[in-house]
Amino acid sequence: MSAIAQIFTNPELYAATISMATPLALPAIGGTFSERTGVVNIAMEGNMLIGAFFAVMVAAATQQAWLGLLAGMLAGGILSLGLAFTAIRLQSDQVIVGMALNLFASGLTAFLLNTVYGYNGTPTNTPFLPSITIPFVSSIPFIGPIIGHHDVVVYLMLLIVAGSQYVLFHTKLGLRMRAVGENPEAADTVGIHVARMRYLGVFIGGMLSGLGGVYLSIGLLNAFDVNMTNGRGYIALAAMIFGKWTPLGSFGAALLFGFATALSIALQNVGISANLVSMLPYALTIIALTGLVGRSRAPAADGIPYAPSK
Amino acid sequence: MKNKLQQMTVPLYAVLTGLILGAIIMLISGYNPLSAYGSLVVGAFGSASAIGNTLTSAVPLILVGLGIAVAFRAGLFNIGAEGQYWMGAIVAVWIGYHFPTLTPILHITLALLGAMLAGALWGGVIPGLTKSLVGAHEVITTMMLSYIAIFFVHYLLEQGPMMAPGFVPQSRPIAATAALPNLFPATGIFSNATLSSGFLIALAAAAVTHIVLFRTTFGYRLRTVGHNPAAAKYAGMSVTRFTILSLGLSGLLAGLAGGVQMLGVDQQLNDSVSSGFGYTGIVVSLLARNNPYAVILAGIFFAALSVGSQTMQINSGVSANMTDVITGIIVFFVAADRLYQYGFSRIRSRVRAKSLERTEQG
Repeated sequence: MSAIAQIFTNPELYAATISMATPLALPAIGGTFSERTGVVNIAMEGNMLIGAFFAVMVAAATQQAWLGLLAGMLAGGILSLGLAFTAIRLQSDQVIVGMALNLFASGLTAFLLNTVYGYNGTPTNTPFLPSITIPFVSSIPFIGPIIGHHDVVVYLMLLIVAGSQYVLFHTKLGLRMRAVGENPEAADTVGIHVARMRYLGVFIGGMLSGLGGVYLSIGLLNAFDVNMTNGRGYIALAAMIFGKWTPLGSFGAALLFGFATALSIALQNVGISANLVSMLPYALTIIALTGLVGRSRAPAADGIPYAPSK
Repeated sequence: MKNKLQQMTVPLYAVLTGLILGAIIMLISGYNPLSAYGSLVVGAFGSASAIGNTLTSAVPLILVGLGIAVAFRAGLFNIGAEGQYWMGAIVAVWIGYHFPTLTPILHITLALLGAMLAGALWGGVIPGLTKSLVGAHEVITTMMLSYIAIFFVHYLLEQGPMMAPGFVPQSRPIAATAALPNLFPATGIFSNATLSSGFLIALAAAAVTHIVLFRTTFGYRLRTVGHNPAAAKYAGMSVTRFTILSLGLSGLLAGLAGGVQMLGVDQQLNDSVSSGFGYTGIVVSLLARNNPYAVILAGIFFAALSVGSQTMQINSGVSANMTDVITGIIVFFVAADRLYQYGFSRIRSRVRAKSLERTEQG
């Protein structure tokens, strides 16, 4: 019993939670931007993979980790334009296009890894993003080891959580984006450019998902591996729903899911099946959808193409 | 009639676009696309054993594809067939290594029935109930249940109740009485080739699915619910019951895929739980436009891509992942079907503008 108590009082568990929540929170918030404007996005996995790969490629080529970060975000954004164009201009099935982009990204990054770098993998001298130690905070007992020292992307993520919540719910732009996702006809009537808002939402979504991939490839490591996102884009989808399509909620859900992952690793050492604990995020998401813990409802026009009747 | 023709042309355009864009990517990367595609075809169809491999690999794709097509016909998107596949696989293997005293026909039938039931329950009950009672989207619930099923397999095999004695996370092998026989004779050009008799099951399943969908009242109602739920409700059909039944039927076929794959090919559960069939099955049914017979062709096509890609990698150096890139592009262009209309109408209007210009100048 004391072995289990020790796990819960160890600050490393909570530090690991924050670290594991980061590549979930970023794509979850990305998905929130996309779906709030009315475009269903299941392509976070693909955006992350593309982001992770191009971050390593550019970082290795320029020996600048920050350029890698920018390239990764941009790559995620550009891939998501494929979803935006087909969803907005061609009124395609958004779930299917999302799936196509995931397949494409997984194939393309594996192909490029093999073709560009061969069997040795990405260069070992790839620079990675720096870690930051926050003065004063890091020396507070218990709290310090949890939040005082992390990769720079973790702190970027915290800023993005706050910034996204503010933009979506407290600015004119955010109101317009949400209006387009709830009632595009009405938004159109008052002069909001529906398509432009949706392009913006999907593009921001792609960039944030790309940043999630950047964290995995040049934040935690300095290498790319085939399918290294390992389904995180889909857990992020769950986090977005569990977080009721809000940045703050997505972050909370990502923390919960990150905690489940960190816990499942820690519990392995005391003989509790990690596999059973790992089921938790998925089971919780289904429960959230059934309304047992407060009903999670998608934006009204989510997934419905807007065809203005002229 | 024109509609039917269009249904066939879009998938063909999409395949063509995928192959052409794939060739362009190969050219840019410094490979010869013709020799790459050539070795891919040889690898998939060049010998009796290649054909046997391709058709055997097509079996789970056809069965999962049929399941997803049924759901699509009912207006539902079963994205979690992967999980239903594994639930079917678990039950088939469990029955397969118990009861070794049964006769083969009885043993195989029992194992496959168990697999179908497991898939149907996993796909139908929770997604069906939550969809019809509280409107939870089946894309999310089936996807989440899929991950739960995969962790469940890991749990069973890693120190869990189905782990075989020893240290390797795998189940005991199924008994010889549960194994699906090889269809090829062991002589002549077939001596090194195998074709799982699961292929006959897949063909039969396609025929049955076609009959159920298009020749029975149940199928008619299922398609009506999918096509126009409001009208179906108005006509007195229980949308709740059809949602559960169609998701269940979809899961049943995915579970059958898992059972057939275990009895015909894998013969035991392994810890490398990632078949990908659940996702490729979606691609198969999309390309087949949810037509059960077309699902057979689409299943063989994607099996050929996957089997041939190994030969392509060995003979022409192009990474086997290239076929995933091509698959992604094909799905993208099937979904973006209006792109062709859009593109053609732009070309047409440009031509018209040009000819107008000419007549005005003339």
